[in-house]
Amino acid sequence: MKRLMSGNAAVGEAAILSGCTCYFGYPITPQNELTEYMAKRMPESGGIFIQAESEIAAINMVLGASVAGARAMTSSSSPGISLKQEGISYLAADELPAVIVNMVRGGPGMGNISPAQSDYMQATRGGGHGDYKTIVLAPSSVQELADIVPVAFDLADMYRNPVIILGDGMLGQMMEPVEFEHIKKTKDYPKDYILTGAENRPSRMVRSLLFDTKEEEEHNWKLFRKFQRIENNEIRYETYLVEDAELVVIAYGIAARIAKGAIKRLRQESIKAGLLRPITLWPFPYKQIRELAKTINDFFVFEMSTGQMVEDVKLSLEGRGHISFYGRPGGVIPTPIEIARIISRHYYKSQKVRKS
Amino acid sequence: MKKIYTRPNALKDTHFHYCPGCGHGIINRIIAEVIDELGLRGKAICVAPAGCGMLIYNYLDIDTLESAHGRGAAVATGIKRVLPENLIFSYQGDGDLAAIGTAEGFHAANRGELITVIFVNNGVYGMTGGQMAPTTLKEQITTTTPSGRNPVNAGYPVKVCEVFSVLDGTSYLERVAVSSPANIKKTKKAIIKAFQHQLNRTGFSLVEILSPCPTNWKMSPLEAFKWIDEVMTKQFPLGVIKEVK
Ligand SMILES: Cc1ncc(C[n+]2csc(CCOP(=O)(O)OP(=O)(O)O)c2C)c(N)n1
Repeated sequence: MKRLMSGNAAVGEAAILSGCTCYFGYPITPQNELTEYMAKRMPESGGIFIQAESEIAAINMVLGASVAGARAMTSSSSPGISLKQEGISYLAADELPAVIVNMVRGGPGMGNISPAQSDYMQATRGGGHGDYKTIVLAPSSVQELADIVPVAFDLADMYRNPVIILGDGMLGQMMEPVEFEHIKKTKDYPKDYILTGAENRPSRMVRSLLFDTKEEEEHNWKLFRKFQRIENNEIRYETYLVEDAELVVIAYGIAARIAKGAIKRLRQESIKAGLLRPITLWPFPYKQIRELAKTINDFFVFEMSTGQMVEDVKLSLEGRGHISFYGRPGGVIPTPIEIARIISRHYYKSQKVRKS
Repeated sequence: MKKIYTRPNALKDTHFHYCPGCGHGIINRIIAEVIDELGLRGKAICVAPAGCGMLIYNYLDIDTLESAHGRGAAVATGIKRVLPENLIFSYQGDGDLAAIGTAEGFHAANRGELITVIFVNNGVYGMTGGQMAPTTLKEQITTTTPSGRNPVNAGYPVKVCEVFSVLDGTSYLERVAVSSPANIKKTKKAIIKAFQHQLNRTGFSLVEILSPCPTNWKMSPLEAFKWIDEVMTKQFPLGVIKEVK
């Protein structure tokens, strides 16, 4: 049976069904519904909920719970995610699993509490100090948000690495019918690294300080090889009407949903537009986009920022094709009609250029 | 022949890296003795700090985690909530607990987290070369208070036990010193008491240990012991600051 729920609450329910037993959070709009949902549901399901004194404390509680073997999660929105970066860097260095939800809002600074996509670079480039990556998952509906939660926990456990679910204020706060029946913890991962007390076994240590530069270098290369494995195995994306497309829109998350609405309209006007929606923002579908450039010349990137993912699209295409960009930063949510109008204008302009 | 003194089982068979006369080595050993005596080797988990005490994980033969600078109490909270039957303690310096980690320590104490903080107060930032700590005494010279700590600019030495004592979540707070054999014995007793408060689920416990840093104090080890007893204890009086029965 489907339940009408906000994206924030849906993440909470999906997390509990995925075996998350620890949630630590600090209030910030537009993700409060998730913290509040966990405050109620975690004790009911026998889990642990703490309203931490800060995002810094919350992410460190996650680290502690993770090193003790639990599936642990925290959530926040942009300013709070900045504070979590220290902890995320340590999680990556210590190779500890964790799921971090960012319902992005307008920035920089305090910005506002409206939906935005301006934390793309922070999320996909590691975010904190040091050579590391976080897996970044970007769903575009409330159902997909729920569906991606068990995937996030599995990837975190499989690769022993922090995973970011990158939503936005709209995805977090809008309500849609959600099915939870299929969401569950699928398997247990070996936890031979966790700290439980050295009862009848040698003691263990989990640390990131490696004074010996050779050891630290080797640790960096070890992490690097892991990130390569992730790049080889975990790319996720969706395509929509690209088979006969003359123009491909590239957008993720809620922007992709808006773009889809625009593409439906464009198709009615006989403009052959399609969509590629990266679901993993890191690892990014570089090859898949490059592949499209064999038959398509016209790429249109739409983001709710001044242009961050567009840099990855440029890296994908390595100079092939034409890239145009349309951005609405600052918490503005454009309509499908607006996007359709912009794309259509762009399409006819480029047709003219091609003919002349 | 009867063996009356030996390396505790919870201490690895290796050399300490600490400077001559440093208190960390003494405190590491006391903790290992307590773990042995209370039979806690299979239950104890130590959270190490950023600071000179960080390498405690090279010496204690128990499960250990190194936390980011100041975050020990938050990390220990996460571990303890998942493993309520274990003994969880963080080992933190004065910069770690009373400056960068003030919020984490204060709120873990206020929640009455069933963890123990071993708080090593040496009045300076040892690891980074002897800068001012929150606990540096008035007029004390450090590398960042070259003409002595002036409260007008740099504030006053923080009394952590006294500050925490007003929080309802705390159940055992004692200040001790490792400045003499008698005081070392008292330190061991205090750690046992604090661990018992945790195991009896009474509340948050903390042992503040005045500890010599001859290198950064620019003293001989003996002068440093004397300085603790004659000068430091005036600002930081020894004794049980709070005990909930
Ligand atoms: C975020 C961050 N800031 C600064 C440092 C550098 N740092 C390492 S230890 C330390 C202070 C140590 O002093 P204290 O906590 O008093 O312990 P001690 O070394 O004296 O035992 C500092 C500032 C760090 N590791 N991380």
